[in-house]
Amino acid sequence: MSAYLLKRLLEMIPTLLGITLISFFIIHLAPGKPTDIFTELNPKITPEAREKLEKYYGLDKPVIVQYGSWLKRIVRLDFGESFSSDHRPVMNKIWDAKKPLIERRLFVTFMINLLSMIVILLVALPLGIFSATHQNTVYDKISTTAVFIGFAMPSFWLALLLMILFGVHLHWLPISQLKSMNYWSLSGPGQLWDLTRHLILPIFVSAFTGLAADSRFMRSSMLEVIRQDFVTVARAKGLPERLVIYRHAFRNALLPIITLAGLSVGGLVGGSVIFENIFGIPGMGQLFYMSVMTRDYPTVMGILTIGAILTLLGNLLADVGYMLADPRIRAR
Amino acid sequence: MNKSFFFSLLLMIAVCGAGCKGRPETAAPVAPVAVDEEPAYGDSLVEGSIGEPTVLIPMLAGDNASHAVAGLIFNGLVKYGTDLSVIGDLAESWDISKNGLIITFHLRKGVKWADGVEFTAHDVMFGYKTIIDEKTPTAYSEDFKQVKKAEVLDKYTFRVIYEKPFAPALTSWGGLVVLPAHLLEGKDIAKTEFARNPIGLGPFRLVKWSPGQELILDSYKDYFDGRPRLDHYIFRIIPDRATMFLELQAGGVDMMDLTPVQYTKQTETEFFRNNFRKFRYPQFVYTYMGFNLKHPFFKDRRVRQAIACAIDKSELVDVVLFGLGSPATGPYVPNTWPYNPGVKKYEYNPAMARQLLKEAGWEDADGDGILEKDGRPFEFTIRTNMGNSLRMNTATIIQWRLAKVGIKVKIEAIEWSTFVNEFIDKRRFEAVILGWSIGLDPDQYDIWHSSKTKEKEFNFVSYGNPEVDDLLEKGRRTFAVEERKKAYFRIQEILADELPYIFLYVPDATPIVNNRFKGIQPSPIGIAYNLPKWYVPAGLQRHRMEP
Repeated sequence: MSAYLLKRLLEMIPTLLGITLISFFIIHLAPGKPTDIFTELNPKITPEAREKLEKYYGLDKPVIVQYGSWLKRIVRLDFGESFSSDHRPVMNKIWDAKKPLIERRLFVTFMINLLSMIVILLVALPLGIFSATHQNTVYDKISTTAVFIGFAMPSFWLALLLMILFGVHLHWLPISQLKSMNYWSLSGPGQLWDLTRHLILPIFVSAFTGLAADSRFMRSSMLEVIRQDFVTVARAKGLPERLVIYRHAFRNALLPIITLAGLSVGGLVGGSVIFENIFGIPGMGQLFYMSVMTRDYPTVMGILTIGAILTLLGNLLADVGYMLADPRIRAR
Repeated sequence: MNKSFFFSLLLMIAVCGAGCKGRPETAAPVAPVAVDEEPAYGDSLVEGSIGEPTVLIPMLAGDNASHAVAGLIFNGLVKYGTDLSVIGDLAESWDISKNGLIITFHLRKGVKWADGVEFTAHDVMFGYKTIIDEKTPTAYSEDFKQVKKAEVLDKYTFRVIYEKPFAPALTSWGGLVVLPAHLLEGKDIAKTEFARNPIGLGPFRLVKWSPGQELILDSYKDYFDGRPRLDHYIFRIIPDRATMFLELQAGGVDMMDLTPVQYTKQTETEFFRNNFRKFRYPQFVYTYMGFNLKHPFFKDRRVRQAIACAIDKSELVDVVLFGLGSPATGPYVPNTWPYNPGVKKYEYNPAMARQLLKEAGWEDADGDGILEKDGRPFEFTIRTNMGNSLRMNTATIIQWRLAKVGIKVKIEAIEWSTFVNEFIDKRRFEAVILGWSIGLDPDQYDIWHSSKTKEKEFNFVSYGNPEVDDLLEKGRRTFAVEERKKAYFRIQEILADELPYIFLYVPDATPIVNNRFKGIQPSPIGIAYNLPKWYVPAGLQRHRMEP
């Protein structure tokens, strides 16, 4: 087992190198430079000033040299300094250790994605099982329709409608952002309540629009399992249907969900731009989008690298989870 | 732009979906009819912004959000008055020597930085030295490189000597160069914590910055121009305009910029009339269609004039800007002192356009509806940058209008950086639709002078006129407003006749402010200039924040 893990971990290194190399070159292929925000068609900027800025950021060197120095820094876990005019270390932008947790971008995105993943699993799994055990009934059709409506609905549109209803008309929920402006003067439970109120709409929207995959996977995998012999045996020996489904069939049907969950680990830190923009949530998606638009190469690379590492780890985790859950795979 | 327009459209649909049958009255408290309008201290102003500041040191900032917030924390030596004249800020007065080479600033006494240290001429000197330092990544050093010598005469007197008289020099001592020397001396300005946690001497001071959420500023009680009436100013970051508009209605935002649809349609309700005040004034920006004057089609002035006659500018304003703007006649904003209202205007007149084209030798000989000259059809491409729906709409309307006089136009939208690097810089264009933002100083040497036509320089249409060159030189070498005015008036006459650009329109800024805020005095430079004097009468104050 540990030999296998070690081998897999070592295999990740060349993959990761490849990912960063390709990303780095593609980003630099895109037209434009980080200095454009100052210099393009701004009559106050002379060509000398432009060159000075380019030199300051090391953009006058060939891309391969720039990649080399980036790599040299990254092996020491130094993500470099942002090219945007605040010149903060990239790590500082993603995870500002001096700020409270709730103001660190990576934490915010991670928290929201994790919560919505939990909600999705809590709703999608029972829904999928229910659909499978009641295949082709009206309930099955209603739940199928509902999850597909969620899947097809643009999240920003749903978000706007809900904001208008609950924020503007009913005044029940805040419209945007993560916390009220008086957050820091609230008591502990008050802060939690404030945060919860702000999170209801975003989590609902992201869960509702994300139900489809998990619930459909659960349904089809359950359908497959309940037709197998061991389920028939379990039924034949007179076990109650509830036990048959939840103890015997459910465990086996969960295998594809493990894969799915493992694959979404990488996605936990990548926020959705549209989603974060519409709710004004200061997460990774916003940061990434802003960095791409201003060609802030170090920040873009930093986020891509972290995402790549987590995706690779997620894959590994899924495989390990598989091995733990399924003795047949462990044996091989 | 494209995106926000798209969202506004969707929002319209969404609003109708949720409540077309009239808005419930619960939306927000309606202001009492009769209130005490006495100025009072207190309350907070929440301004919504789609962008977040990056750095609060003015000389390092490149984006509007940073300058907007930094402008409340720092002051300059001079500033613009509401009539665009230069007035004192941290400088009480200044003398300009007869030859225009020496400017001596007399600074206000007793002004204190927010940490209690007195502001002196050394702070100005420090800022000046920093901005011209090679190691400072600033984009604004050019004006300061003209300075031959700067010196501190005493604590309250600062003197600069120029190589040549340079009229924009005076206003360059505005907001960029006053920094607290006692806090920054010897530090790397690009990397200091100060950039996100500044100590200033302006009307407000930063107390909390929650990234991606908001910046909270408190009023600076010892502000030299009097304690601001508002206790807090909050700059709230909401990247989506549709969301921001909903926050406005729900009371989470007090002030924001409206899109044309929001201004003309969505805010025309009883609710908005009762609770908000809308403003409208020209932005310091204009949109133009520029010709490549080296191109054989456009060498002939009559052709350019014909195209001007074939375009209906008021139609562009009505359709593209929903009427929120005015037709442009030159590179200055109407009703400002450099603006010349008397220049040649081109009314929409297709017959005249055809006539002028005929004089220039363009005729439809083969009857296919397109003009030809020497067997070559009059076809060209208008290029503009992608993602700007206003410019795309403008180009489309121009295409349709020009087709009516026999000119075939193609439109191409190109990603911004590619557009600038590959097309503008390499002169690979026939005509472009672009905009300039206009500085408050009328000097436009870099755009019109015939020496500024190299790659990366801004006279990319290759305009050259010796008289204009002279006038530009004259305009920037004298401080006498009347003389400058004369020079710039004449330049506008020449430009209106020769038409290197067709000046299309000046769009309006359209902010909206909750009407509990009083003391707002609209002016040609906008509304935000006297923000420290805004107030909320005691009876209307909404205490939303405990300090």
